[in-house]
Amino acid sequence: MGWKPTLRPLPSGPALVYSRPMLEVRDLSVARGGVPILQGVSFSLGPGEALVLRGPNGIGKTTLLRALAGLQPPISGETLMEEGAGAYASHADGIKAQLTVEENLAFWARVHGQEVPEDLYEAFDLTALRTRHAGTLSAGQKRRTGLARLGVTGKPVLFLDEPTVSLDRFSVTLFADFLRDRHLAKGGAAVIATHIDLGLEAPEMDLTPFAASPEASGGADEAFL
Amino acid sequence: MTALLLRDLRLAVRAGGGFGLGLAFFLIVIVLVPFGVGPGAQTLTLIAPGILWVAALLAALLSLDRIFALDWEDGALALIATSPLPLEGVALVKAVAHWITTGLPLTLAAPVLGFLLNLAPPAYPWLLATLALGTPALSMIGTFGAALTVGLRRGGLLMSLLVLPLYVPTLIYGAEAVRRGAEGQGAGTPLMLMGGITFGALALLPFATAAALRVNLR
Repeated sequence: MGWKPTLRPLPSGPALVYSRPMLEVRDLSVARGGVPILQGVSFSLGPGEALVLRGPNGIGKTTLLRALAGLQPPISGETLMEEGAGAYASHADGIKAQLTVEENLAFWARVHGQEVPEDLYEAFDLTALRTRHAGTLSAGQKRRTGLARLGVTGKPVLFLDEPTVSLDRFSVTLFADFLRDRHLAKGGAAVIATHIDLGLEAPEMDLTPFAASPEASGGADEAFL
Repeated sequence: MTALLLRDLRLAVRAGGGFGLGLAFFLIVIVLVPFGVGPGAQTLTLIAPGILWVAALLAALLSLDRIFALDWEDGALALIATSPLPLEGVALVKAVAHWITTGLPLTLAAPVLGFLLNLAPPAYPWLLATLALGTPALSMIGTFGAALTVGLRRGGLLMSLLVLPLYVPTLIYGAEAVRRGAEGQGAGTPLMLMGGITFGALALLPFATAAALRVNLR
């Protein structure tokens, strides 16, 4: 227990402030269900930068993001990030059907010690839905509420797993605008696994070359940890 | 922390939240027992402490699998785990929320239902005291069981099997304290032993629960 994504603090110093990466991944290998699926993944992200992860289904995008977010330990390699700087969003939104859109967002805001910005509802086109119970929303509206949650975490590094599932084209634009103008422009960073083009000027990384070879072992003890 | 507690309480009282499920079960069992064993006042007085405690325990067990399962299904648990809240605190808050929605109503309803079972008058304060002190242990141990089985399909059966043996000491001391109270003997010792279990569970199990959640979230 007690595994933390931060293994050691980043070097600090006034001269390095602008050049130092917000997230640095070195030679990371991850496993799912004890089977290694990715090895040797390395990249670094500075303020305002985003990275789009590509690759066929099952290549390990979700596993990589979960490892980066600290939900599961990697087999080897390290992730350098300021402690508690990451926020994670997956296919599952964590939106409660019995609560209204406002109550859902207010809960996540309080968990992160933030306020819900008034213009957040507008940014995700939720103004008309504020007092609706989340259970009565359509899949896309619910997804927008789930993504709006990212606006109340106050975290500089976002790990997004298929954020645009069930969004229509207009909502995808809204979300891309949110990422560009409200997150990256303010010095945030993001790692995004997606199959569609978000219209962000972000480098893409295909994970296929990092697929772990079958004989690569390790992580066999995971099941009992 | 407060936000999580308030959200869980709010979810419990909203439609389909399961608030009152345990209380209704408790009520039904206690109302049915006199029909089952017959209306003999002396028989009822004799079995009342045990029946009240067993019914309260089963009522608390009924809603355990909701503690983490709902947050697991909609992904909220993973999001909470990556939030600034410490998982140990989350475990404790979940147990407190379960107690407020289950243990507290059971404790308050028990004296009324004790009347139906012709509980001896001196036993009433002991019934209140043991339930008030014992039900937090039921919630905390149950939260631990729920964390161990979170993510398992049909985990409820396994959880019941895991949790029931851990409930036995609380049941024995609780029912014994009420029985002694009913007979006018000193019931301090079983009450204190039960208190020990409760405070021990509250001190240690949040850590065990958090560890179990971390493993299951991988």
